[in-house]
Amino acid sequence: MTTAALNPRLQEIAEDFSSVPAKDRLQLLLEFAEELPPLPAKYADHPDLLEPVPECQSPLFLAVEVDGGDVVHLFFQAPREAPTTRGFAGILHAGLDGLDADEVLATPGEFSSQLGLADLVSPLRLRGLAAMLARIKRQVREQRS
Amino acid sequence: MAVPFDSAPKFQEYARPQMLVSTDWLAEHLDDPGLVVAESDEDVLLYETGHIPGAVKLDWHTELNDPVTRDYVDGAGFARLMSEKGIGRDTTLILYGDRNNWWAAYALWVCTLFDHPDVRLLDGGRAKWIAEERALSTDVPQRPHTDYPVVERDDSEFRAFRDQVAAHLGEPMIDVRSPGEYTGELLHMPDYPQEGALRGGHIPGARNVPWARAAAEDATFRARKELEAIYQDEVGLRPDDDVVVYCRIGERSSHTWFVLHHLLGYGKVRNYDGSWTEWGNAVRAPIRRGETP
Repeated sequence: MTTAALNPRLQEIAEDFSSVPAKDRLQLLLEFAEELPPLPAKYADHPDLLEPVPECQSPLFLAVEVDGGDVVHLFFQAPREAPTTRGFAGILHAGLDGLDADEVLATPGEFSSQLGLADLVSPLRLRGLAAMLARIKRQVREQRS
Repeated sequence: MAVPFDSAPKFQEYARPQMLVSTDWLAEHLDDPGLVVAESDEDVLLYETGHIPGAVKLDWHTELNDPVTRDYVDGAGFARLMSEKGIGRDTTLILYGDRNNWWAAYALWVCTLFDHPDVRLLDGGRAKWIAEERALSTDVPQRPHTDYPVVERDDSEFRAFRDQVAAHLGEPMIDVRSPGEYTGELLHMPDYPQEGALRGGHIPGARNVPWARAAAEDATFRARKELEAIYQDEVGLRPDDDVVVYCRIGERSSHTWFVLHHLLGYGKVRNYDGSWTEWGNAVRAPIRRGETP
């Protein structure tokens, strides 16, 4: 199987997932869910600034900022009762937040296939992760132009 | 030893009171021999964050579905799955889950296709158990494996396929999706897939009764009189009608299937699990948009 290049942080995450036995991968995803930082007040108080991701099975909202140094900042809101969606957000936050816009845009759309989660989580659920990434990349492109 | 039924007065009004247990009842009977509790959720990680003590996990996506064909597991697959979970043919299986028991009702419906003799739903599901601050555990139980017999799935009575639905046009049909999905006015963003269907709208003749109308605020089922007011007085269904229910992939319609068949006692209710993700993608399948059935 050929795999598109990932940035070093996402690469490490992908290796973490593939290095543990299948039964521990869900536990790892749960850890990402728990590590997702809370929304800062500027978004928590203004949910209208967040973009909904309806492809996720549970409600997820995100915001993307590209600062003057072309660095991308990501913000997510997902309920505690939706740990899978939170886990996906946690992976994207850990793997992409603080990177240059070019690095974010270079993330392969199908990178989730490298996490070894398809059999455990189901392809239908994984679509939410791909949709989040697509929306992040679109916002990065829009904010740069 | 047979596990007793929950004699809660609310349930006695339903056509099949034995199909439901309350959180009170379950808390008392958790350790009953012959009883297994299984959690079935939309979110595949929710069980890991804490579940009813002793409950096993039963996942619709990864376990009840065939991994290749869009279908459920076959008799041998179901037997293997149940045996691994420690569920025997004589086990009283109590199902519960998130999202108002959508997936638990779905799992119950699949168990019905295999004619599992005693399967019940926890009224109110995961939400009610947690709202009542009852015990949760992250321990994954290791139940002794059983020798569940291979029983072939019987799709004839409670499952509808596309050609059968096409032949059913004009007969009672309930679309349990949200009004926006029913009319075809899906929210959508350019270039992003939505609902997994190429066309929006509903099957001609289907009445729109969103599944949630059968659920109370606390995720329990509404009382029989309230359900009759909706499905009989308002929609005009009759207990001897031949009814098809559908949604997007069949999970929300399992909830309504449970209501019509088990709570109101309708004899012939079939769940069309192909639902909108099949119908809305099928070439030349007739579709109606807007509010008119």
